[in-house]
Amino acid sequence: MCLGIPGQIVEISDRVRRFGIVDISGVKREINLACIVNEDHSLDDCVGDWVLVHVGFAMSRIDEKEAELTMEVLRELGEAQEEIEAMRLSGQK
Amino acid sequence: MKYVDEFRDPVKAKMLLKEINELVEQIDICKTRPLAIMEVCGGHTHSIFRYGLEGMLPKEIELVHGPGCPVCVLPMGRVDDCVALAEMPDTIFTTFGDAMRVPGSKKSLLQAKADGADVRMVYSPLDALDLARKNPDKEVVFFGLGFETTMPSTAFTVLQAKEDGIKNFSLFCNHITIIPTVKAILDSPDMQIDGFLGPGHVSMVIGIEPYEFIADHYKRPLVVAGFEPLDVLHSIWMVLKQIAEGRAEIENQYSRIVPDEGNDEALAAVAEVFELREFFEWRGLGSIDHSGVRMRKEFVDFDAERKFVVPDIKIADPKSCQCGEVLKGVIKPFACKVFGKACTPETPLGALMVSSEGACAAYYQYGDPDRLRELEKGELEKA
Ligand code: SF4
Repeated sequence: MCLGIPGQIVEISDRVRRFGIVDISGVKREINLACIVNEDHSLDDCVGDWVLVHVGFAMSRIDEKEAELTMEVLRELGEAQEEIEAMRLSGQK
Repeated sequence: MKYVDEFRDPVKAKMLLKEINELVEQIDICKTRPLAIMEVCGGHTHSIFRYGLEGMLPKEIELVHGPGCPVCVLPMGRVDDCVALAEMPDTIFTTFGDAMRVPGSKKSLLQAKADGADVRMVYSPLDALDLARKNPDKEVVFFGLGFETTMPSTAFTVLQAKEDGIKNFSLFCNHITIIPTVKAILDSPDMQIDGFLGPGHVSMVIGIEPYEFIADHYKRPLVVAGFEPLDVLHSIWMVLKQIAEGRAEIENQYSRIVPDEGNDEALAAVAEVFELREFFEWRGLGSIDHSGVRMRKEFVDFDAERKFVVPDIKIADPKSCQCGEVLKGVIKPFACKVFGKACTPETPLGALMVSSEGACAAYYQYGDPDRLRELEKGELEKA
């Protein structure tokens, strides 16, 4: 349950709450961006970022290649399917 | 199980394995007993089994599968508390899927659901908060569990609930913290661990500084590791290199994800909402000082433990369970008397059989117990 899953942020959905929409292998959902927003990286800078998503929160920014590699391992471990399914069941946007 | 040739980079894997074998030759400990390396994180356990890494390593290296799966270490009494909360009238009890099948003393959450309790699986604590918004006439309780990786998400959710003035949302906080647990393992008299693979995603939040005492005080190397098979091999190589050179340091193999300093935003939210408990009960390991967190008193209204009455009864693990010994690396899973018989992933007796990150479920899924038992017997006879 602790591995998280990579996705790309496609838009900001709630400025006050710092929420954005992430695309994870075609499944979109709203996630919280508070952990990756700081003085050097504004909310708007997040659009286009590849991030590691953990239970609905973007936990860290990663590069695209890392995202691909991570996704591949998660698929092999069977965790990607599980995560995406859980995400699909709850609040797909 | 995979073979080296199927790895993304088989050349690199073979090179690492060759160097691992060479390092083993140089390490004196390996001449008298196997060198024990513990992977603290359940994600690593899963990866090690899925890719069959144990079988590729020289027999002088023994991997000990640590307590790093938050579902696996959940004590029975806590599951009973969850069931009690879930069975309150007008309550929606929300949880991550992994926790549904963990056995309590009478039933699991899944059984409670079958008996009529409103138990719902959610992907995120934010979904639980949404349920609270949509069901103002119900109490929505979220079962918060996990190490430092998940703590920020529940902390932010509670902060959000407070800000939005949501009154019918609360957290049943069972978060645990990794550092005191590693320390308890190091202090345990029956423990013989020579080095550690540190958890990747916990470290992404806490950084690598909190591990320094392991090197300074206990003189053991720890390498924060990624969970890709090459990451794991590379990290084992780094641990061995340190031992061969007589060093004990904290190193970061997973720096492409884990910043040395951790994540300030996440840590700030965690510090705002949570404080350390005096002690927390672990399945198999007993009570460990300061190993869990509870909510600060500013958040009492969102704390299920204070808002409602939970039984809070300590329940001893079933006698036939040897989860504790497996967790501490004293015995291998298949040496447990009920392994694969009374205890299987379909009907888990102990928590280590529940999720794919638990050592027993991993052995059950990826290792043939009979063959493993024979192997073990063969080894014993030789000894
Ligand atoms: S086989 Fe079952 S009871 Fe025995 S140690 Fe593993 S999980 Fe615990």
